[in-house]
Amino acid sequence: MAQALINGILLGGLYAIVGVGMSIIFGIVKLTNLAHGDFVILGAYLSLAVSTATGLHPFASFAIVLPVMFGLGFAIQRTMVNRLLTRGDEPPLLVMFGLSIIIQNLLLQFFSADAQHLRSTYDIGSIKIGDTGAIIPLMFLIDCIIGVAIILALNMFMKKTYVGNAIRAVSDDNTAARIMGVNVPLVYGVAMGVAMVTAALAGVLVGMTYTIYPTSGSQYLIISFGVVVIGGMGSIKGTLVAGLIFGLAQLLGSYFLGTSLQLLAGYVIILVMLAVKPRGLFAK
Amino acid sequence: MSEAMLTVEDLQVNYGDFIAVNGASLSVPCGEIVSVVGTNGAGKSTLFDCVAGVVKPVRGKVTFKGEDITGLPAHEIVAKGLTLVPQGSRCFIRMTVEENLFMGSYTKKARKGYRDSLKKVYELFPVLYEKRNDLSGSLSGGQRQMVAIGRALMNAPEMILFDEISLGLAPTVIKDIYARIKEINAGGVTAVLIEQDVKRSLRTSAQCDVMLKGKVVLSGKSGDLTEEQIKLAYFGV
Repeated sequence: MAQALINGILLGGLYAIVGVGMSIIFGIVKLTNLAHGDFVILGAYLSLAVSTATGLHPFASFAIVLPVMFGLGFAIQRTMVNRLLTRGDEPPLLVMFGLSIIIQNLLLQFFSADAQHLRSTYDIGSIKIGDTGAIIPLMFLIDCIIGVAIILALNMFMKKTYVGNAIRAVSDDNTAARIMGVNVPLVYGVAMGVAMVTAALAGVLVGMTYTIYPTSGSQYLIISFGVVVIGGMGSIKGTLVAGLIFGLAQLLGSYFLGTSLQLLAGYVIILVMLAVKPRGLFAK
Repeated sequence: MSEAMLTVEDLQVNYGDFIAVNGASLSVPCGEIVSVVGTNGAGKSTLFDCVAGVVKPVRGKVTFKGEDITGLPAHEIVAKGLTLVPQGSRCFIRMTVEENLFMGSYTKKARKGYRDSLKKVYELFPVLYEKRNDLSGSLSGGQRQMVAIGRALMNAPEMILFDEISLGLAPTVIKDIYARIKEINAGGVTAVLIEQDVKRSLRTSAQCDVMLKGKVVLSGKSGDLTEEQIKLAYFGV
């Protein structure tokens, strides 16, 4: 029980960072980014490619992976999604769905269908807690610390900088933001770039914690959905709490109901949330 | 009167098949207060939106400080010193008062003067200072209008277009806000107001323009126009 609690809480930090990018895009561009899970996995594979080519530690690979992912997100938004936003909800949705398929197949092409893992020395480390028998897996702890740190940093960025405030203003009232001097298509591009950066950060942590496949994206898309549904669209603080709830639900579900029902426990929470408070805990 | 700061020539704006502004022309002298009156649907707000770059015209020309700004995107027009206070205030309701004002200073030129502008806005509307950490969505209608005006001032503009700021406000609040507009104008900002109340327009502005069915049908110095003249133009009789 103690172990399930610890793991659930630590996992929460990781889930929050997995989902936060999707929440940003939901809140600002009003777009359901069906490729978000694949962006996460793409980030992990990019890190793998950089680490393999240069021998860099997965964390050091951020120096290359993050700018590349930002640029990619910016380009996707500017060249594809922005052009379709005036034509209803479906076209951009289909573009993201198409991108999801393209990413999965490109990864399959370049990295094969084999399981991959971002190796580091944290894998086997753990911290014993007294004589309770419970341990803190080192990698889980790193996931949680980095996840929480990034969410807090992102929250600061949104509150303290002109670009961050512009992103929030656009999500509040697009036209009013334009009148204040905000170039809305540009801000959409930046928002997607930021979402991609968070996806890449999440992806590297996921790749270091678990094994990944080119098709793993859908799994993380569902986690993102869970985080967004529970936390409320566009709420950054909400993703943190939602990640925690979702992580705990899964691990406690696994403890009480058996490992085979771990995922189900998470989805039940989503369903309950949709039934009780469909706009999420921190909906704005 | 001095030279024109803003001129609008033969402007047409469509919403689909509907012609909202149909050949409107307008000239706003530097440093003055000009009011635009007219019935609902006369095209006043659309004219403002078009001048501010929120909607694009089909034909016509808009000149600001001698420069052709026709069809420029809104974010470029505001950077030139022309700011719109939109109808219904349109505050960022999920942001605090101070964050709204922060967004008002978004343009490159305005960012440098953020501290000074903020101080001026708080002096003009002390209640905004008291409520600076409250979400603007929690404020009263009049206070939201103050946020919207303050937000426009943060851009340190040379001209502000006020789109029916008196809409839905109590008379005392309206009186107070109009006094502030006079102050703002005295500080060197040219102002154009959309107003339903003809008497108030004549009292406040140096020039009054009447719009009907998408055109400016009457324009003159407020002192020269009688209420009767305006009412005739207003209803098109």
